[in-house]
Amino acid sequence: MAKSITQEFVKGLWDEIPPFRLVLGLCPVLAVTKSVENGLGMGVAVIFVLVCSNILVSLLRNIIPSKVRIACFIVIIATFVIVVELLMQAYTYALFLKLGIFIPLIVVNCILLGRAEAFAYKNGVVASIADGFGIGIGFTLSLVSIGALREVFGNGTFFGTSVFGPSYQPFTFMVEAPGAFVCLGLMLCMMNLAGKK
Amino acid sequence: MGDYILLAISCILVNNILLAQYLGCCPFMGTSKKMETAIGMGMAVIFVLVMAGSITWLIDAYVLKPFKLEYLRTISFILVIASLVQFVEMFLRKSIPALYKGLGIFLPLITTNCAVMGVCLININEEYTFIQSLVTSFSYATGFALALVLFAGVRERILLARVPKPLEDTAIGLVTAGMLSLAFFAFKGMV
Repeated sequence: MAKSITQEFVKGLWDEIPPFRLVLGLCPVLAVTKSVENGLGMGVAVIFVLVCSNILVSLLRNIIPSKVRIACFIVIIATFVIVVELLMQAYTYALFLKLGIFIPLIVVNCILLGRAEAFAYKNGVVASIADGFGIGIGFTLSLVSIGALREVFGNGTFFGTSVFGPSYQPFTFMVEAPGAFVCLGLMLCMMNLAGKK
Repeated sequence: MGDYILLAISCILVNNILLAQYLGCCPFMGTSKKMETAIGMGMAVIFVLVMAGSITWLIDAYVLKPFKLEYLRTISFILVIASLVQFVEMFLRKSIPALYKGLGIFLPLITTNCAVMGVCLININEEYTFIQSLVTSFSYATGFALALVLFAGVRERILLARVPKPLEDTAIGLVTAGMLSLAFFAFKGMV
């Protein structure tokens, strides 16, 4: 083991933070970051699925034949996505309605398949859990920060409470589709500026 | 007939799958650096999406609904799409090698293209009829191909421009996509 468990965890928070460093899983990033709340909900769902699928993939890594591994990963991930979908429908129905189609679409989020293939299939259970949490929390942080930016400027609110007071004229561009792309592009630019190697 | 045309226009332009609904962004950023790959990817998506849209609709209506298995939708759809892509790949390699050469490398990528899965789910959620979902599948895919090809054209020009260092590659790509999306935004009032 070259890296310790903490390193596996921490790398997801900065060095390989998705979607900035690993440009994967862009669709949910753009779609659900209209508000902080949506971003957080999506992030938590992804953490759950990512950690569970990482555990299962790394446990089964000696059993799964390498030729059909992708299909096996997809089935494992899809199972946990259904679990999350049913849980959210039962306990956080309002959020479930807001995220809508993007919950089942976690299945095709490249981050999950990417981590299963690149990490969990080659590493032990504990390291995979650390990796899952690290990448998942990193993903959630990005979702929340983009969500915060878009919600504060586009809607004048943060977590639903007003920030600038009633006289603020919302910058609607930010919450619409074009704003999502531009906002993510500019944040990527900031990350490149900050983390020059 | 008029309804179908209206539906098609709204799927291609107004609710463009990429620029208004944010589905399929990964291949959008990944395969738009060159015009040829963009066209290849666009054609492959049209081909697979029409098939996937109709097959998943049939499965939902005749297998999942009668047996009350709606909660298995996600897993069954993804399996259908994955095996369909595999099947199409094998079929093309055997019988239409010319087309396989054109689409070949893009086909496996389509499994994890959320546009395909997304459209299949939209068709079910909106409770479209079979014909309607055929129309939407085809027009969403056409919209995808249209946006991809337009974007590839813009991106080929960006290669010639001097972009600030931190903005290079994906960052400028996203900002450009935002501008393109702004252009498509103007269709909002049409339907």
